[in-house]
Amino acid sequence: MAFIDYYQTLGVPKNASEKDIKNAYRKLARKYHPDLNPNDAEANKKFQQLNEANEVLSDPEKRKKYDQYGENWQHGEEYAQYERQQQQRRQQEPFTGGHASSFEGFGGDDFSDFFQSMFGRSGSSGGGRQAKYRGQDYNAELQLTLKEVAETHKQTLTVNGKNIRITIPAGVENGQTIKITGHGGPGVSGGPAGDLFITFSIANDPRFKREGSDLYANVKLDLYAAVLGGEVTVDTLNGKVKIKVKPETQNGTKCKLKGKGMPVYKKENEFGDLYITYDIQIPVNLTEKQKKLFEEIAGEVRKSGSQ
Amino acid sequence: MTNLIATSDICTYHEVEYTFISSLSEAGLVELRVVDQTTYILESELQKLEKMIRLHHELEINIAGIEAITHLLERIEQMQEEMRVLRNRVHQ
Repeated sequence: MAFIDYYQTLGVPKNASEKDIKNAYRKLARKYHPDLNPNDAEANKKFQQLNEANEVLSDPEKRKKYDQYGENWQHGEEYAQYERQQQQRRQQEPFTGGHASSFEGFGGDDFSDFFQSMFGRSGSSGGGRQAKYRGQDYNAELQLTLKEVAETHKQTLTVNGKNIRITIPAGVENGQTIKITGHGGPGVSGGPAGDLFITFSIANDPRFKREGSDLYANVKLDLYAAVLGGEVTVDTLNGKVKIKVKPETQNGTKCKLKGKGMPVYKKENEFGDLYITYDIQIPVNLTEKQKKLFEEIAGEVRKSGSQ
Repeated sequence: MTNLIATSDICTYHEVEYTFISSLSEAGLVELRVVDQTTYILESELQKLEKMIRLHHELEINIAGIEAITHLLERIEQMQEEMRVLRNRVHQ
């Protein structure tokens, strides 16, 4: 745990007056306030640091204590107290189950270990931000694969000890957020509960590139099928399909498999398309005989002057 | 069905004047409903309203400022959505 220079956080000198501190805090809060920086975790963190610095420096008693211990705070009487607190402080894991990887209550004032070691966990007076009528919103991230997203499915998540069963609609996109109304924190004085926001993180599939509901894939095609025509087996999300290849197919030719893309979000029985691009493989390690045959073709082509 | 919340409850809880909420309504920032001479807001609007109360209380921003900020935030959110789509197109 490192020492935190609260004066530096607010950008004021050590002898700053109460008014200077208040002004500095106001100015920075206007810049980093979470309401003004939607979906910006960095600004959110910065705002929390500001709140913490303000909590200490705007309170004459806390400021005095902070100044007194200064950088030698660890040698103060608080150290022993800190160790005791650390042991007591077993944080609950509020979000488990599924592949959910993270959970955060938005706007919660979680002060640093440094703060808690000096002023204790109850040292935070909370400030106005927590005093909400409506409950807190919760944010969580859920990791899914492309295949899981291809079908509507249900998943059970545990949020703050309560199991909730959610339906994940087919076709959600990477980074998309859905709202589960009423599954956030409880409201205060009869206020409604907050909402649970789940952001999906969808892993890339090595076989496909996704653009909205369309999928793109490269398919290897051997030279002979490209020249003479034939069949090729193509991987789709729901199994392999065989498609016909026209004779004299050029490298890089695109072919659309209608309806073989991703389901369209919230539209039943509507699907995107799968676009495949042929990647023609030039034969290698030719035998003497094969080489001869190619030479024969080359000679023929030159003679007729057609290509 | 949407729940209605009496503005008087919100005023008491958040320690704001009723005129603050009615000014927001005049600026078209929140929708108020009057039933039997009592003013209510929709539960779905509460989050928006609480955000504006925070901006007013914590950052001392007046109604005109809140109006400007609300419009800019809407644009930021649209742009973030657009960026998400574009990012998905690039990073695969």
